[in-house]
Amino acid sequence: MARVKTYVRPMQGWWRKNPFFVRYMIREASSVFLAIYAVILLVGLLRLSQGEAAYDAWRDALTSPVSILFHWLALLTVGYHAYTWWMVSPKTAPDLYIAGRPIPELLIAGGGLLGTIGASILVYAIVRWM
Amino acid sequence: MTDTQTIEIEVLRYDPEKDSEPHFQTFKVPFTHDTSVLQGLQYIKDYLDGSLTFRWSCRMAICGSCGKMVNGKPELSCHTFLRDYYPGKVRIEPLNHFPVVRDLVIDQTDFFEKKLPSIKPYVVPKETKPLSAGTYVQSPEQFQQYYKYSQCINCLLCYAACPQYGLKTEFTGPAALALLHRYNADSRDRGWDERSEVLNAEEGVWGCTLVGYCSEVCPKDVDPARAINQNKVNSTMDYFGVRKLLMPKGGD
Repeated sequence: MARVKTYVRPMQGWWRKNPFFVRYMIREASSVFLAIYAVILLVGLLRLSQGEAAYDAWRDALTSPVSILFHWLALLTVGYHAYTWWMVSPKTAPDLYIAGRPIPELLIAGGGLLGTIGASILVYAIVRWM
Repeated sequence: MTDTQTIEIEVLRYDPEKDSEPHFQTFKVPFTHDTSVLQGLQYIKDYLDGSLTFRWSCRMAICGSCGKMVNGKPELSCHTFLRDYYPGKVRIEPLNHFPVVRDLVIDQTDFFEKKLPSIKPYVVPKETKPLSAGTYVQSPEQFQQYYKYSQCINCLLCYAACPQYGLKTEFTGPAALALLHRYNADSRDRGWDERSEVLNAEEGVWGCTLVGYCSEVCPKDVDPARAINQNKVNSTMDYFGVRKLLMPKGGD
């Protein structure tokens, strides 16, 4: 290290100083909603194994205003999480080439995003009409 | 476009012999359409305050010396123009996450003496061939595998963009890990094993949480985030001992 006195700047509040970092922190925090949602679903599975009355009680609990508010919030944050997840997905992909040219990042991200939207519509259709 | 206008430049000042912490000083600097932020700093040094200290060399975005925080974003100051900030102010600070030596000069020792040498930034051949054996042959496809990552000019903008490095300086960091991948991806290189300890470590690729800002600010489009994150897969395969089985040509 340098033999002169240096000044090390503090990191406090680093993520509030740049909109890029704010978006990153929201991306990371949104996974909390995803985790809570997964736990609720797992509890539902557990209640199902305990018989009809237990499962109906769980379904009733889902209709409470708090539950509905949470589910709207979770839908919003998970939607944002999915979007950001696909937007960074090209960074995790190996370098791929088609006819000697690198595959554009937008193709990887856009493909994943369209696939997610398509799968979500399909699942909704199955649950709604089948 | 020769019309001269005046812009305010706020510069971080720090004199290790007098100051306990840095402060900002504002200068009024004349500029024209083609005045870079670096030229703004040079104007201050030449005409307003000769004690202002900062690094620069080539003035054409290839030497990697003049990186600064410009309005909070890591930039090469020769590659950034005052016209784009007018009529607002320009705030210039030393690159984030590095200790400040004086004014805009950072201590680069951690990168150049520790991080960079640790990844063995040179081709490690399978065996040393005599000159008489001729040159190594490489196809355009093999060249393309590492070309992007070889464009790094060690300007350290990516380290200033990386909060993980700021929070934990043990992290090997974007440029060093991108260069690690540059050599591993080179068909002439057989250095995976020698570099694997650095790559596989908690402070190696796993220290990255994919903020992705390094790739945003890189002036040479090296894309360190991609170099690092595609190696999380390689690192996992290495951990389970299957990398050499699954990779083409035995992962060499």
